[in-house]
Amino acid sequence: MHVTIRLFARLRDITGSGELTREAPGGATVGAVWSSLVAEYPELSPYEKSISCAVNADYSRFSATVADGDEIAFLPPVSGG
Amino acid sequence: MIALTAITAEPLDAAALVRALDITGIGALTTFVGLVRDHNLGRRVMRLEYEAYEPLALRGLELIVQEAAEQWPDVRLAIHHRIGRMGIGEASVAIAAASPHRADAFAASRYAIERIKQIVPIWKHEYFEGGDVWIEGATADPDNVEAREKAMKIACT
Repeated sequence: MHVTIRLFARLRDITGSGELTREAPGGATVGAVWSSLVAEYPELSPYEKSISCAVNADYSRFSATVADGDEIAFLPPVSGG
Repeated sequence: MIALTAITAEPLDAAALVRALDITGIGALTTFVGLVRDHNLGRRVMRLEYEAYEPLALRGLELIVQEAAEQWPDVRLAIHHRIGRMGIGEASVAIAAASPHRADAFAASRYAIERIKQIVPIWKHEYFEGGDVWIEGATADPDNVEAREKAMKIACT
């Protein structure tokens, strides 16, 4: 299945794109999608402990299962205000 | 009609935000406006560029309004956050809180800005004299009870 990955701020700088499309095996979790992204872009790995995630523009968890066509966002620590 | 919550690339207007609130029965109104500061951590800041995951950022603002309503049922809150490029002194965030009495308006307003910094997916890219850096603050997790309690404590002291 295909998922869309959204990246922001420094994460976007690291990968060079705010939106990527990737293959993921059926039943994959958000965490598994993140791990394969880190394998592709090792510079992302320091963010492992500090990022959060969203699925289809709603706050989610790394343990959540993703479905075909989902939009998965990885959020570095936020700094609004 | 002006939305109570918004993520916008347009300059913020605190007076317009106030007009978005129903002031029936209200005796106190606070507005908080966050500005782009000319210095940060010893750096001379030239400008900021704010980026957001817009649909989730809007959801985050709505969640903050809901949380505030649970704590202060009589408070009416409006929050607008600007994104894009902003110069020194420009408003990046505006919060209006209306309440029958002042204590709750001040508290809800403070709670809202603390929660924005904790959970709303917005990022500052700071351009300072000699370089640029993405500012990274809190891991955005609305279910983090400790963070929410911390924001509440700050708001109520």
